[in-house]
Amino acid sequence: MRSEGRFGWLDQLLGQLLSEDLPVRELAPEPGLAPARSISIDPEHWGRLGQATGHTGCRWVGCWGEDTGDELIVHACFEKDRGYMLARTRLRRLTPILPSHTPYHPAADRSERHLQDLFGVAFSDHPDPRRWVRHQAWSASEFPLRRDFPAAGHPLAQTPADNGYKFLHAQGSGVCEIPVGPVHAGIIEPGHFRFQAVGETILHLEERLGYTHKGTEKLAEGRDAAGLARLAARVSGDATVAHSWAACMAMEKAAGIELPARALVLRAIMAERERIANHLGDIGAICSDVSLGFGFYQFSRLREEWQRISLAAFGHRLLMGCIVPGGVVADLEPAMIPAQREQIRAVRPQLGRLMDILTTSPTVVNRLAGTGRLAPALAAGFGALGYVGRASGIDRDLRRDAPYAPYDRLKIPVAVSKDGDVAARLRVRAEEISGSLVLIETLLAELPPGPVCVPWTPPAPDAQGLGMVEGWRGETLAFVRFGDEGRIARYYPRDPSVINWPLLELLVEDDIVPDFPVCNKSVNGSYSGNDL
Amino acid sequence: MLRILGKVQRIGIVTEDLAPWSDRVLTEVGTQLKAAVGMRFRGSLAIRQIDAGSCNGCELEIHALTNPFYGIERFGVHFVASPRHADLLLVTGPVSRHMEEAVRRTYAATPDPKLVIAVGDCGANGGEFGVNYASAGAVANVIPVDAVIAGCPPSPLALMRGILEAIGANRLAARSP
Repeated sequence: MRSEGRFGWLDQLLGQLLSEDLPVRELAPEPGLAPARSISIDPEHWGRLGQATGHTGCRWVGCWGEDTGDELIVHACFEKDRGYMLARTRLRRLTPILPSHTPYHPAADRSERHLQDLFGVAFSDHPDPRRWVRHQAWSASEFPLRRDFPAAGHPLAQTPADNGYKFLHAQGSGVCEIPVGPVHAGIIEPGHFRFQAVGETILHLEERLGYTHKGTEKLAEGRDAAGLARLAARVSGDATVAHSWAACMAMEKAAGIELPARALVLRAIMAERERIANHLGDIGAICSDVSLGFGFYQFSRLREEWQRISLAAFGHRLLMGCIVPGGVVADLEPAMIPAQREQIRAVRPQLGRLMDILTTSPTVVNRLAGTGRLAPALAAGFGALGYVGRASGIDRDLRRDAPYAPYDRLKIPVAVSKDGDVAARLRVRAEEISGSLVLIETLLAELPPGPVCVPWTPPAPDAQGLGMVEGWRGETLAFVRFGDEGRIARYYPRDPSVINWPLLELLVEDDIVPDFPVCNKSVNGSYSGNDL
Repeated sequence: MLRILGKVQRIGIVTEDLAPWSDRVLTEVGTQLKAAVGMRFRGSLAIRQIDAGSCNGCELEIHALTNPFYGIERFGVHFVASPRHADLLLVTGPVSRHMEEAVRRTYAATPDPKLVIAVGDCGANGGEFGVNYASAGAVANVIPVDAVIAGCPPSPLALMRGILEAIGANRLAARSP
């Protein structure tokens, strides 16, 4: 069923392209991809599509490739007015040249380079043709996600450190360069940051990621549905619910499996628990970064108590492996309904008191107010996701805007601020904790009876599925295509960090180097989810 | 400030005794650890954590060791920012090939004698990722490993027990020149 309000822009866009005699056509609806609509266009007009979607004000959502053996398929996803469009084009394997969308959608930059490094797609007018995810583990003439590339690859006995990547250099009197990482000082993921600074002021930050690339997409190929769910749970360990749910949703849509109502409510409780756990941990870590030990200990205490109830209720402290194709792995113990309610009643007043202290403490306010400001216009142009976007005025939340069960019948509170600084991200995240506490209470109150899982039945070969959930970091996507015998032919998870990472480079400009850690923590991009 | 002190007083000390985990072994190892750290490390064991390609699950649980429930510093164990200050490397995996050289260099930068613990199923044996074009798998495929803490991810309790056991074992003495 089409909602005209959501897709008025798409009908106009198609009309415009057809009036230019471009060979664009809408594809027959596929239940696995709904509610997104799909179009197909020739590769030579791919750039025009990028331009037209840019002018229409579409948000660039993601792009990924597939190798069918005969040809390469490139998909790009766009959104406007809460309507999603999937565009696809087919390339000859021998000459996979494609115009870039990056000139019209800056958010497409690194994902196109990811495609370039892993599929060998050459983006003819990409403004930055440097490699991205490829360091030294494979050569420039090898493309790991091509079918003829073996999963084992052809690694050297020892892979050397990356070298020869051309960073942007600032020149001038007093300019110094500060390289940081990949091994960082704290207990965090690896990546490289290259600062150009004058004194303490950051002129420019360049991120070099890809250090945690471990072949996630290749490893998905040939797995069964349960095996893919296991892998998806480990795309980014802190967002295990978000990625498992998105991947299972994609597989279930492809297979036409309807989930029992109880399973959906349990998934949502887990998703909200994951959101709260991460926000609690990060607010504590932000306190730690500005030397408020008190805040760190209080919030890390709340997080630990929260994880213990997650373990008791669902069997895992991070909720890893709890979501499986067809439902959830186990039902909630009856005693864990009042236990969760009791914990929510205990956390709520504490959160209020602690946030009062944080938002009025001079040591915190001085460090966070105005720090790491992401201007709303910049956030909008990039399509910033999750709390990073919402703290810069972008009122977007999939749970409300493209609702999926069980959120479609709930009132979703969406916290928004226009300030865009670290303080705003902190406030928005605290408000999201409050909102999720209410949601969990509501979900627990209406927990429907019945089974928590239905048997998995594999779909026909070639079936596609698109899963989309609002993970704690924001819009989380999963694209799945099945091959023979219910085996996965292709899995692409689009973590929200893919969109948000470049924004960190922009929001630290003119801040001071010592404020970088707190800026980074306030955004908290996933390295693993980005690098795959 | 008064509100902070008020909150501190209301919450009190949540740091747990080892006993509530009802694990006599752990209580025993905990006691031994303090003694071992006292004897071999003059009361202070410095750990450098390396994420060599993990999904970040292990990092979350290692981080939890510093929350007030586990308070690992009370055993004389603390996390340091540089391998040059470290007695022990706590390495999560799988080791991505892009992190391989960084792991080798961090190991080389750690002064002898040193211990290495591979953390998590991925660090122990490659886990869900194994060995492939981009992953070198287990930490032991890249640097010498003295002990393994399995789990996906290991709980803070399992991490604590694993560190205590690795220290408790007489490995350092055996490897010292």
